[in-house]
Amino acid sequence: MTLTLHRHSVQTVALGGTAGIVGGILTVNADTLRSYLQSRDDRLTAIRISLALPGEATRIVCVKDVVAPRAKKSGKESGTGTLSVLDNVAVVTCGPIVGFQEGIIDMSGPGADYTPFSRLPLVVLDIDVGDAVSPHEHEAAVRSAGLDAAEFIARGCIDTKPDVIETVAWEPLHGGPDLPRIAYVYMVLSQGLLHDNYVFGRNAKEGLPILVDPRAAFDNAIVSGNCVSACDKNTTYHHQNNPVIAELLRGHGSRWDFAGVVISNAATRLADKQRAAEAAVELVANMKADGALVSKEGFGNPDTDLMMLLRGLEQAGIRASAITDEFAGIEGDSQSLADATPEADAIISVGNANERIQLPAMTTVFGPLPDVTRLAGGYPHSLREDGTMEVELQAIMGSTNQLGFSRLSCREV
Amino acid sequence: MASKIRVIHCLNQFFGGLGGEEKGGLAPEWFAGARGPGSLVQQIAADIAVVGTIVVGDNYMAEHPDDGAREIVALIEAQIAGDPDLRPDLVMAGPAFAAGRYGMSCGAICQAVQEQLGIPTVTAMHPDNPALELYRKSLTAVRAGADVMGMRDAVDAMVRVGIKLVAGEAIVSSEDGTIPRGIRRNYFAEETGARRAIEMLLRKLDDEDIGTEYAMPVFSRVAPAAPVADIAKATLALVTSGGIVPRGNPDRIESANASKYGEYSLEGLDRLSAESHQSVHGGYDTTYANEDPNRVLPLDVLRDLEREGGIGRLSETYYATVGNATSVKRAESYGREIAAKLINVGVQAVILTST
Repeated sequence: MTLTLHRHSVQTVALGGTAGIVGGILTVNADTLRSYLQSRDDRLTAIRISLALPGEATRIVCVKDVVAPRAKKSGKESGTGTLSVLDNVAVVTCGPIVGFQEGIIDMSGPGADYTPFSRLPLVVLDIDVGDAVSPHEHEAAVRSAGLDAAEFIARGCIDTKPDVIETVAWEPLHGGPDLPRIAYVYMVLSQGLLHDNYVFGRNAKEGLPILVDPRAAFDNAIVSGNCVSACDKNTTYHHQNNPVIAELLRGHGSRWDFAGVVISNAATRLADKQRAAEAAVELVANMKADGALVSKEGFGNPDTDLMMLLRGLEQAGIRASAITDEFAGIEGDSQSLADATPEADAIISVGNANERIQLPAMTTVFGPLPDVTRLAGGYPHSLREDGTMEVELQAIMGSTNQLGFSRLSCREV
Repeated sequence: MASKIRVIHCLNQFFGGLGGEEKGGLAPEWFAGARGPGSLVQQIAADIAVVGTIVVGDNYMAEHPDDGAREIVALIEAQIAGDPDLRPDLVMAGPAFAAGRYGMSCGAICQAVQEQLGIPTVTAMHPDNPALELYRKSLTAVRAGADVMGMRDAVDAMVRVGIKLVAGEAIVSSEDGTIPRGIRRNYFAEETGARRAIEMLLRKLDDEDIGTEYAMPVFSRVAPAAPVADIAKATLALVTSGGIVPRGNPDRIESANASKYGEYSLEGLDRLSAESHQSVHGGYDTTYANEDPNRVLPLDVLRDLEREGGIGRLSETYYATVGNATSVKRAESYGREIAAKLINVGVQAVILTST
């Protein structure tokens, strides 16, 4: 099994006539894209397509998902065959609020430092659906539109010669050099009711935990469909560029033996949590892993899933580390998690999501700005008349990403 | 002189050179220039000028710390009013080492100066100094030895941290040798979280110092109250963290990290409805709660029970907040306040609904 990536490096993006990529310039034809999306889903009543470029005084609000444009060139199974990849660009879906937990992307200013998406040229789809569409249908329609748009844009470049052809190799060592064997436990939120994710096209509430080929993540195996707080929802882009998998593949065979990935979930019922944790630990134990790294999504309730996994792994003799964010209060003087276990002695903190940030007014805003007052991390008084805002980092897309995508951390002063 | 960092230094009677235990009751007194450890400060840092020293007795401060601190603030203000060149860039207090009363004095002074004058302060004490229990969160205190043997190191550290404070730089306990304040602050690390997590796991596998970035908190456990003796006679109340509020959210309770809880009447209501109530919670899909708010705040069945004699009566006030990304510290304070109010009106049992 191999996965070959045909990588196109995008320097900039333009809206224009002929779609495709030429000399690093990706051109998107907004009319064609809009017609394509609306032909696939009549719930989409309006799609405003714009560009947001790094450094611009642009704010995107009520962001639902971010998707990297990728299209399958050959092969069917996720993680094998040839995948056409557009690097350094993303599709963003936004529009009227569905849940409470959509987010903000600022392309410049202090807020831009906290979101990785400010560093990418973005194709923004500001989407309206019909009045009769329920919140759940609304989420599904916008989710599909983002995925379809990303696929459509990538497919338009599929016959262009890529800048780089990369084969992603991975084979567990099964003996050989004396390296620590490391597994990755990849927890995805699966609480239902706008807190859903999809693994191989199936709702993550069912059929997990499972053992997967790490490369499947790069090949759209995991899709975000949730309205968890913007700071620590793993967007589809984060999954497609999972940094834990990328790092573990990088050192595989030289510093460690990457044993494989277990995708586990985070349910709402206690019995389901226990069952999932036990099954995930068993899968890791069967790999004969020495150590396991656990990543997380969401906060509060999933803290319990994380603690169960860590306790189970350690009790099975598998050393574990984990990535989590903190909700330590605005002043940072509260305890940070809703659950704890003594086995959780190797924790990476990706930041206190309650910390506040002042955001300046922007000249261009995509999406319904007044809705920020209802976002998780926003306040009724968040938005001032002059367009400046005060929010918690919680409201910024990817600010405390628990796949460890960014550099933010937290420490005691 | 103008370019030097101006410091006012606060000392106790002993280090201020006014006497021993017998002078412990001395009220705050101003002296121009440096005294005792202040001379060491100037020796260590040529760019610091100790423009004045305030000496106060340990017992004087221990007996009335708030009044004493206020007097010292007033003394500083009076000196500045007399000579604007005396306005300090920094106030230093101590080192207090392990001395409890001196530590309390330094803590009270530093806190008052910061809050009332907006001037940064630095002190030094031993990590076991009892003053830290009271002042930990507000103090920038460098680690000092238990006694005067640690004078040189403590003053050295106070100077280094003090200069950073004046420059407006962030102080980090692990790097600056200050005593951790129990406050978590964000910063950008050198490497991504994913890389740090792998390196941490490798350290753990190698039995090296793990260096966790968040030590597990200790949860306070509440012993459950005794069971209700006769529920058919008891007064019940409804409390929810599920964000059910009267439609329109009159108290503007936030959808996450709620800064308050609401107190609402149920009088004359037989059940909640989509027209009367809504959920403002930002952590769950509120579609079904908004359709029928009784699903989260079960007024309908409690009214049934009231009529059937299953409970004595329902308290006519309910309490609601949003338990989403709400810090444990805030939640604890809401719990304490709500419990006190419920006890006041004779409530014996509560149905607490979460989401």
